[in-house]
Amino acid sequence: MRRAERPLLMLFSLLLLAGAHAQEPAAARRDALVHLLRHDCGSCHGLTLAGGLGPPLTARALDGKPAAALEATILYGRPGTPMPPWHGMLSAAEVRWMVHVLKNGSVQ
Amino acid sequence: MCWCSALYIQARAYRAVLVVSAALALSGFGQPRGTADLGLVIERASGSVQVIDTTAHSALGRITGLGDLSHASVVYSRDARYGYVFGRDGGLTRVDLLAGRIDKRIVQAGNSIGGAISQDGTLIAVSNYDPGGVKVFDAATLELIADLPATYGSEGKRSKVVGLVDAPGQRFVFSLYDAGEIWVADFSARAQPAIQRFANVGRQPYDALITSDGRHYIAGLFGEDGLALLDLWHPQRGVRRILNGYGRGEQALPVYKMPHLEGWAMAGDRAFLPAVGRREVLVVERGSWQETGRVAVHGQPVFVIARPDGRFVWVSFAHPDNNVVQIIDTQTLTVVHTLEPGKAVLHMEFTPRGEQVWVSVRDEDRVDVYDTATHQRIHSLAADKPSGIFFTARAHRIGL
Repeated sequence: MRRAERPLLMLFSLLLLAGAHAQEPAAARRDALVHLLRHDCGSCHGLTLAGGLGPPLTARALDGKPAAALEATILYGRPGTPMPPWHGMLSAAEVRWMVHVLKNGSVQ
Repeated sequence: MCWCSALYIQARAYRAVLVVSAALALSGFGQPRGTADLGLVIERASGSVQVIDTTAHSALGRITGLGDLSHASVVYSRDARYGYVFGRDGGLTRVDLLAGRIDKRIVQAGNSIGGAISQDGTLIAVSNYDPGGVKVFDAATLELIADLPATYGSEGKRSKVVGLVDAPGQRFVFSLYDAGEIWVADFSARAQPAIQRFANVGRQPYDALITSDGRHYIAGLFGEDGLALLDLWHPQRGVRRILNGYGRGEQALPVYKMPHLEGWAMAGDRAFLPAVGRREVLVVERGSWQETGRVAVHGQPVFVIARPDGRFVWVSFAHPDNNVVQIIDTQTLTVVHTLEPGKAVLHMEFTPRGEQVWVSVRDEDRVDVYDTATHQRIHSLAADKPSGIFFTARAHRIGL
């Protein structure tokens, strides 16, 4: 019983440690988010994110736009336009990471 | 020449023939054949198309180098040999289905959303987001014939153009997303198109269809509950609203993928239309254009496509319900079957007489063929992130 507790404790502290650096989603989730950006966001914003019915989301197009405003647009949508709210499907941390990779151009 | 060297030459020639025929067999291109059972499958991420044979359920080969094919669509020349592929990046590519190669290619705008071929097959029109408008090209040479900027308002702003279709009388009909207008461009005098504008048709028309007789043009509205209808037999009567307020004031759901309207939505005298932001298919009687029913479905409909005989309607759905396809009985207006083809069903195309339907399943990298009587999957083809499927039978259909 005692022996079994140690690895559990270690796992728990590892999770805590990971939580402290939890800005970045896990690798598998990151892949899923990039897939979402390309293919599902891409259905309106273009596969290369160069724009479509929705505006372009390239690093150049987003240059100078505050990250917080972009995160709010993704989480809560933009009323009066087809941009839907994604909260409920995406967490705030995931959206923060998505805005980060959009702005640095690594998903284009 | 001695006997043995003659044999040697013959053997070499034979081997050369073998090599050539092996190359042809490998690609599937080059053999004499008809095109009426062929089609193109868009591979959106890799900028390629597969030429497929709907009789053999096989691919003749792949044609690459078509640019950004997200949301790409295809129309066909009237001899059904050439497909015109409209890419997102403004690319217009004329593909030779028999030779398996690009015949001509231009990049005509920065951002595009599909196109149409004229009644007589001599003109190709492309619908552009940026710069907003329609460009018309010679179908044989892809030389520019006319540029129609979609300008509106006092400041001369340009609107994104959607829902471009061909109509009888050498006309193209399209909708202006930002302006809320429908335009009819008559190209009977090829160099001098006559444009008729219909303003205030409704907020944010997002796509449109034309009935298979070319009479009724229907634009779906994103910005309000309803659709805009233009009777092309009587354009002077103007655009009228149908299914107005179909949401009955209820809050619409967020839309994770815009619905698509295609000329396949008519089943007999009924049109089956996707409700925006609702898990419903709307049923409207042609003529009175009154709602005669609505069918509750699994998710928000994207494609609502009637089997060619009109007996059933197949429906695909928006993210995150896009792993499912449902089949509606057009007599009882109920869902009679639910299929789960796999992750991200993007498009469905029926064979011309409707015995089979091809379904693209993007995230499974597969195109599946279903028997429409038994609903059984009878075949699968590998494809790289497949989206639109377009059969050459479209060559002979108004509005497609």
